[in-house]
Amino acid sequence: MTQQALLSPEAVIKEFKKNGITHVVYLPDSETNWMYQLMEAEPSIDLVPVTREGESIAIAAGVLAGGKKPVVLIQNTGLFESGDSIRGIALDCAMPIVMLIGYRGWTRHGATPDSAARFTEPILRAWGITYYLVEHDGDADRISLAYEEAERTKMPVVVLVGDEYHGFNR
Amino acid sequence: MIDQVALMEVVEQYRDNGIVVPTMTGSRGWNEVSKNKNRDIPLGGAMGKASSFALGVALAQPDKRVIIFDGDGSLLMNLGTLVTIAEKAPKNLYHFVLENGVYAITGGQPIPGNNKISFAGMAKEAGYASAFEFDDLEDFASRASEVMSTEGPVFICVKTTPEIQNEPMGLRAPSVVKPTKAAIQDLMQDLGV
Repeated sequence: MTQQALLSPEAVIKEFKKNGITHVVYLPDSETNWMYQLMEAEPSIDLVPVTREGESIAIAAGVLAGGKKPVVLIQNTGLFESGDSIRGIALDCAMPIVMLIGYRGWTRHGATPDSAARFTEPILRAWGITYYLVEHDGDADRISLAYEEAERTKMPVVVLVGDEYHGFNR
Repeated sequence: MIDQVALMEVVEQYRDNGIVVPTMTGSRGWNEVSKNKNRDIPLGGAMGKASSFALGVALAQPDKRVIIFDGDGSLLMNLGTLVTIAEKAPKNLYHFVLENGVYAITGGQPIPGNNKISFAGMAKEAGYASAFEFDDLEDFASRASEVMSTEGPVFICVKTTPEIQNEPMGLRAPSVVKPTKAAIQDLMQDLGV
């Protein structure tokens, strides 16, 4: 059975605008090109491309410190690469950074051969980072929940994008 | 070779109440010089990300000068930052690298490529608007006005005297530098954001 309801890029960008996102700090992964085309066309969003994911956490923290509102958009593989930035900046400095993480390898059917998926949630739990799963448009408002959680706790929050290989790209 | 505190005393004259992001050994030096600690963000650790943090601040506060005091070892851990900064090209960003050739806080081991690589050359080729190199304080002081009035992103590599720490961590004097978390809170309050 395939996933039927999809997560549209429009729904994600609607959430960004609803939450007043000013800067999208990102490194593209393999499935999100349509999303980037829409973001590029959105005048309220400043796109900040990075060369490696660890940069994205530090840049987002700087944007926050400067009074603007960022979102980090990377894949779970990049989350692993960002480990010391998440520890030393996002967690130690209590920065309410929301990270949208492409959940490579995720499947609702359980077993996955992809270690990127198997390690994602255990690592987030080890760091004590709250996370939400978004699979389709009906889940998109969890991005707003993530921002509320980040603001309330003054800590980073992750939104796992489980639909990565379906509607997120066209 | 330039003493980092002497260098920083000159830079402070051109700060324009800007935001300063020093890292590692540079954080101790800047702490002696800074005249507005509410706008300093000493950022240690996180594998060379001071310049990335500063880029974020520069993008969020485009009307304020943002100055980085990076280390050479720190920059090597995050070399992609040169391309990322050049791509966004913030006109208000001044990226100093204190090139002392060693990992000063771990006992003075040489960095890879010491005396073989050109940081200013890499920055220029990455796309920085301007890149300068200095190894003489008088030369820097005489050109500081020109450097600090050049439109960013500006890269300034300065050959500095290593201040090597070789004591075991447990025997070192406690840091006098403000913790990053508190510094960020102070900055946001000072900026009114």
